[in-house]
Amino acid sequence: MQTRNINLTINGKKYELVVDVRQSLLELLRERGYTSVKQGCGVGECGACTVLVDNVAVDSCLYLAVWADNTTIRTAEGECRDGKLSPVQEAYMEAGAVQCGFCTPGLIMATTAFVEENKGKTLSRQEMKKAHAGNLCRCTGYQTIINAAEEALKK
Amino acid sequence: MFPIENYHYATSVEDAVQHLAAYEGTKILAGGTDVLVRLHEGKSGYGHLIDINGLDELKTISMDESGTIFIGSRATFTEIITNDIISRNVPMLAQSLLTIGGPQVRNTGTMGGNICNGAVSADSACAALVYEFDLQIQGTEGERRESIHGFHTGPGRTILQQGDLLKSFVIRPENYTDFKASYIKYAMRGAMDIATIGCGAAIKMHGEEVETFKLAFTVAAPTPIRCPTAEKTMKGAVISEESLKRLADAVAADVKPRTSWRASKEFRLHIIRTLAKKVTRQAVDNQGGTC
Ligand code: FES
Ligand code: FES
Repeated sequence: MQTRNINLTINGKKYELVVDVRQSLLELLRERGYTSVKQGCGVGECGACTVLVDNVAVDSCLYLAVWADNTTIRTAEGECRDGKLSPVQEAYMEAGAVQCGFCTPGLIMATTAFVEENKGKTLSRQEMKKAHAGNLCRCTGYQTIINAAEEALKK
Repeated sequence: MFPIENYHYATSVEDAVQHLAAYEGTKILAGGTDVLVRLHEGKSGYGHLIDINGLDELKTISMDESGTIFIGSRATFTEIITNDIISRNVPMLAQSLLTIGGPQVRNTGTMGGNICNGAVSADSACAALVYEFDLQIQGTEGERRESIHGFHTGPGRTILQQGDLLKSFVIRPENYTDFKASYIKYAMRGAMDIATIGCGAAIKMHGEEVETFKLAFTVAAPTPIRCPTAEKTMKGAVISEESLKRLADAVAADVKPRTSWRASKEFRLHIIRTLAKKVTRQAVDNQGGTC
C-alpha cells in the first residue's frame, strides 16, 4: 500500500494524517465523521459530495485525499458555529429548500462558495442557476434552492 | 478507493517525464475529472499514474512583452476564465470554458487534460484551433513546440508519445490581435453536458469586408477540425444573408459527422450548417460590425 503524509485543517481543526494514495477526499472526510459529505454518483455529476478546499467548491469524490495536503477544508457541519446556523444555512431553512436533505450539505457548500465570491453583486436567477449547475436535487424542483441562494446573497 | 496500482507524485517536470517514459501505459493525473472517473468505472489502463498536482510551475498564466500568452497546462478552467489576460485578449476562450460541466468540475479540471485526452468534443478545442495554439511539450529528448494543427490524430488520440508532458499553451499575438471571436456549444442540457456539436469562429474585418476568417468544429469529424473550404468562401466577403448561406453550403465539404446516440449524422449536419452562420454573426457582433 502506498501512503503519503499530509497536513490539513478540517472545519478549523488541524490534522496530521497518513493517507492511502488511492483514497478520495470524500472517503477521508466520512471516515473521520464528517458525514454531511454524501456520496451520490461518485463521478462528479451530482455535487452531493461538494466541500470547499481553500474556499473553492470541489467534488470530493473526484479529489484524491493526498491533494488536500496543506489545505483548509470546509464541510457543511463546520458552517454552523456555536449552535448558530450560517447565513446560507438559514436561508435554506427559511426558503424551505430542504426535503429529503441528501443533496443539502453539498448545495449549502456550493451556495456558500457562490455567495462569498459574489458578495454585493446583483445577479440574475439564470446566473444563480448556472452557479448551482453542478448539484442535483431529486426532491425540491430547485426553485426554493434558487430562492435561498437569492436571499443568502442579500444577507 | 480508486483501483490505483502504481502511483508516483512527481516532484519536477523532469521527474514526471522520466517516470512517464519508464512504464508503458502510465497516465498523467492532473485535475482528475476524467482519469478518476475512468478509474471509478473500473476501466482498464488507468492503474499506473503520475500525479502532477505538485508541479505549481505548470499553473502560470502570463504574457510577455511581445504579447505572446502562455497558459500552464495545469491551470484549471476557472483559473483561465477569471484571468484578466485571458478576458482582455482571448475572451472566446473563457466563453468556451464556461460551457464545461458545472462549477465544481471547472474548479478542478484543466485545459491540459481537455486537449491531451483527445476528446472529439473538447470544449477548449475550437478556441485552440482558431487562436492557433502552440503546445510546449517536455519529452525525454528535451523540449519542443508543436502546433495544435495535427495534434489530434483520432478519437482519444494525439501525437503525444510515452514520456511527453504538456507544459503550456502558447498563443501568439498575430492570432488574436484585431480578431473578434465566438463559441457556441450545442448540447441537450444547458450545463453538465457534452457537446453534440461545438463551433467557434474568429474574424478580422477590414472595413466592411472580411479580411481573415477562421471556423472550427468539435464532434463534426474524428478530431476537432478547422474548415478550409468554408473559410475560403468568406474571404473578402461582406457579411450578409447571402454570404452566410454560401458559408453554410460550403461547410458540408469540411465535415464528416457521424451518428451516435446523441444525434444522427443528418441532424448533426443540420446543426453544423446552422451554427456556422450563427457563430459568425455572433463573432461579427463582437467586432461591432453590421450583420
Ligand atoms: S458524489 Fe461526488 S459529484 Fe456525485
Ligand atoms: S432535498 Fe432530496 S435530493 Fe434535494
